[in-house]
Amino acid sequence: MSVDKETVARIAHLARIKMPEEALEPVTGSLNNILEWVEQLSEVNTDDVEPMTSVVHARLSQRQDGVNDGDMRDSVLKNAPNAEHGFFAVPKVIE
Amino acid sequence: MSNLIAGATGDWEIVIGLEVHAQVTSEAKLFSGAATEFGAEPNTQVSLVDAAMPGMLPVINKECVKQAIRTGLALGAEINCYSVFDRKNYFYADLPQGYQISQFKQPIVGEGTITLDFKDGSTKEVGIERLHLEQDAGKSMHDQHPSMTYVDLNRSGVALMEIVSKPDMRSAEEAGAYLRKLRTILRYIGSCDGNMEQGSMRADVNVSVRRPGDEFGTRCEMKNINSIRFAQQAIEYEARRQIDIIEEGGTIDQETRLFDSAQGVTRTMRSKEEAHDYRYFPDPDLLPLEFEQTWVDELAGELPELPDAKKNRLMDELGLPSYDAGILVSEPEISVFFEEVAAGRDAKMAANWVITNLFSALNAQGKGITESPVSAAQLGQLLDLISDDTISGRIAKDVFEVMIETGDDPEKIVEEKGLKQITDTGAIEAMVDQIIADNPDQVAQYAGGENPKVIGWFVGQVMKASQGKANPGRVNQLLKQKLG
Amino acid sequence: MSDLTSLSMADALAGLDAGDFSSKELTQSYLDAVEAGQAINAYTTVTADQALDMAAAADDARAAGTPGPLAGIPLAVKDLFCTKGVLTTASSHILDGFHPEYESTVTSNLWRDGAVMLGKVSLDEFAMGSSNETSYFGSVENPWRADDGQSRVPGGSSGGSAAAVAAHLAVAATGTDTGGSIRQPSSYCGLTGMKPTYGRCSRWGVIAFASSLDQAGPIARSVKDTALMLGSMAGYDAKDSTSIDTPVPDYAAALTGDIRGLKVGIPKEYRLDDTPAEILALWDQGIDWLKQSGAEIVDISLPHTKYALATYYIVAPAEASSNLARYDGVKYGLRVPGDSLIDMYENTRAEGFGEEVTRRILIGTYVLSAGYYDAYYLKAQKVRSLIARDFEQAYQSCDVILTPTAPSAAFAPGENADDPISMYLNDVFTVPASLAGLPGISVPAGLSGEGLPLGLQLLGRPFDEETVLRAAGVLEEAAGFTAQPSKWW
Repeated sequence: MSVDKETVARIAHLARIKMPEEALEPVTGSLNNILEWVEQLSEVNTDDVEPMTSVVHARLSQRQDGVNDGDMRDSVLKNAPNAEHGFFAVPKVIE
Repeated sequence: MSNLIAGATGDWEIVIGLEVHAQVTSEAKLFSGAATEFGAEPNTQVSLVDAAMPGMLPVINKECVKQAIRTGLALGAEINCYSVFDRKNYFYADLPQGYQISQFKQPIVGEGTITLDFKDGSTKEVGIERLHLEQDAGKSMHDQHPSMTYVDLNRSGVALMEIVSKPDMRSAEEAGAYLRKLRTILRYIGSCDGNMEQGSMRADVNVSVRRPGDEFGTRCEMKNINSIRFAQQAIEYEARRQIDIIEEGGTIDQETRLFDSAQGVTRTMRSKEEAHDYRYFPDPDLLPLEFEQTWVDELAGELPELPDAKKNRLMDELGLPSYDAGILVSEPEISVFFEEVAAGRDAKMAANWVITNLFSALNAQGKGITESPVSAAQLGQLLDLISDDTISGRIAKDVFEVMIETGDDPEKIVEEKGLKQITDTGAIEAMVDQIIADNPDQVAQYAGGENPKVIGWFVGQVMKASQGKANPGRVNQLLKQKLG
Repeated sequence: MSDLTSLSMADALAGLDAGDFSSKELTQSYLDAVEAGQAINAYTTVTADQALDMAAAADDARAAGTPGPLAGIPLAVKDLFCTKGVLTTASSHILDGFHPEYESTVTSNLWRDGAVMLGKVSLDEFAMGSSNETSYFGSVENPWRADDGQSRVPGGSSGGSAAAVAAHLAVAATGTDTGGSIRQPSSYCGLTGMKPTYGRCSRWGVIAFASSLDQAGPIARSVKDTALMLGSMAGYDAKDSTSIDTPVPDYAAALTGDIRGLKVGIPKEYRLDDTPAEILALWDQGIDWLKQSGAEIVDISLPHTKYALATYYIVAPAEASSNLARYDGVKYGLRVPGDSLIDMYENTRAEGFGEEVTRRILIGTYVLSAGYYDAYYLKAQKVRSLIARDFEQAYQSCDVILTPTAPSAAFAPGENADDPISMYLNDVFTVPASLAGLPGISVPAGLSGEGLPLGLQLLGRPFDEETVLRAAGVLEEAAGFTAQPSKWW
């Protein structure tokens, strides 16, 4: 499988990375090299093989319910590029 | 009951599926220890995990798992002892991780059923497709600043159960009944408070229309509807809109539409919706969620009586009619109240007093059952006073009015106002004699047999003379004796 | 006092305990060395004041008779670990100015045990790379140079960590290993570096690259130093759901020097056609050293080895594409304005991420996208199961596995810059164990024809770091690697 420039543009948008028109060509080439290289996996017979979910052979531990975190607005907002009135502020979204 | 709606070119059937997001009742969030309480100052219930700080990791809250299992059990659904959390990837201002932790291919709860009850006593089964656990997003506020959107992450990471129905509903009424019934079940088992105004229960409504017997049509989705009435309005409007388009030769675009509750209409979103590609994959920060069937069995054993079972019991054991029983089980608090009133008393009388007298009084005051000025114990006492002939049913209504006003015990009111029924035959006899002596014309009418109903008039006179306190049975008896 | 920086961690601890010097003196020596070693470009942030305060506290603890196991030892921290109040960047522009309000569990453990933080060291941006050339703060130089004086990369992604330790700008350093990011730079810089079993060290507070693979571990100057540091870094953490609740043994005590009867597996699939002869010769030498020490050599097969890299380059970018979605200009770091929210996202992420990170995000986004998930991501996770199964089967007949760490010595800057795949091939020997979550260590074992260090890798069973360390200790002893880079900085 290989990707074309339109696909790369769509993927870049899905990943929210601005991709100028002139960058599409080289990026497409580079992605295709990698995709072609990983194509070798199709040689492997994986019938009846379960996909790896975790290398850890353990059960997910569950914590007890209880409030022991939060109430730290200053810490939460401290690194924000723009915070106003206790909120994160972003360019206006129109729904 | 036909649910078909008439179009210009023939009949149409509406097909409705609902995805309900129910906030799990828990102190802390699904994957963090921050509080879930409603109404806090912005961003005060946010942990570093909820704000998606680099290197922060999720740890699951056992209570949320437990409540999802209990809810699944209450929906008669299969519980999956092995389920997987996936990441649903998309960018939005109130989604700090850039993904929502949800369950995609392997949810914690599989197929189940909800039975809908209608006023005419009929029922309908609606299939549950699945229930899964997921994180809520934060809240974006678009109207606080001319050029900025403000983001509050207090809700970010709160546990939700997404409960997906099968497309089994065929009218707005059925959708309403489904939402009411689901809310009732959630409230019975306490896994969600069902408070739609505060957003702890929201519905995504999927609507399509088709000719009866045809394949499903293209559906539109109205997201985040926070009242049953709005959901029904949205369905009615949307179905009509789709029918009009098709009948005019158009086709329906599959899309998410906004429901404008002020106008009662649905409309296309102004922002061009992008084709979603959520790129689900198992969250590598979490292991699969596994638990023993014994835990599920234990939780099943501890479930309270569910509304359907309770309704059947009220009908079978107490002989209540289906409609009354349905009302009495519609809210857990009502059923608890009723059962306390009815305990050891005449169940039909208790049902009648709760449904007719108490509910109209509460309605008039705009109060719910939990705010009732009259407690279940007090209402029970009032019923006892009627049963043991201390007061008549008529006087009881007066006493009840005072109870609603003051919250006082019925004995106290009866005592203070001297409302005790007069059962002393001598006192009643004196009044009867007096009335007979004062009204020879009526006595003659009765004796002449021209108007046997005049006895009712005599009873009324005696009751009036006794200010309602005379025992009506005794009065009747004496009058018949004396008038011969 | 400058020779204080030439002491190993074990010797420095002995000197501190003996009162030969104080931690403040030791720390100052290192701060001076860091100052003098700026040409290496290992540090992105030096926390001199904090270091001296921590050193003073360690001296006090020692005076009071309550020193922690690492009291007074100055360390460098890979800038992927969040450090409270100290700039943390993952060597990316997108984390501009980010000062975490929290400390990672691993570094907290180190400070709990009395270690001293000298500062933060560079890495390939978001740990994506094998040469440290993708850092936003510029390439890091390997203290080792080829005999002809040409400069070399330190490897990656923990290149700053390895360069700092090799140049004696820190006693040891924390690293993280996703596909070889501790072992490969350790090999390139003549150091010992260990990736413990996945789940052994907490990932809490470590900026994520690929969550199912990332593990923290030490880079140090000896096997013993590695054991000492790992003992402090490791441990169960309830805040990391993939952390395993199992006791942390006394790793230094595992270094008995006795490997008689130990079964050492030699995987035939690691003998690649194009592996340089000197690498193969060193591997044979290593086999011989272990055999002479009483180990039993066992031929094993890891049949899916050749598919490990391709598997890794699907799984890791997929996870990364999701892990890096949080860098969106809203909560921290860089924001590049835009006309709309989406525009702001796209501008921020385009400017904030470098070329390699962008490439991996795009690959990862693609392999997870609708219609391609099964063919790429799901397929890769199935092959990953097969790779893990290979190791399980191999460990039926052996206790540890010996392989080269990397297919070459450190290469020259720019050498693999134009071809991502040739860069990825550096991880060919380290990636399989990463995919299986197994512990692995690189031990310096010899010099290349150009006079550059070469390492050998030992892999072990899950949570059996002790046996790996024990075998590594024997290998270290046998190799007697004492070469040092000649100081050019």
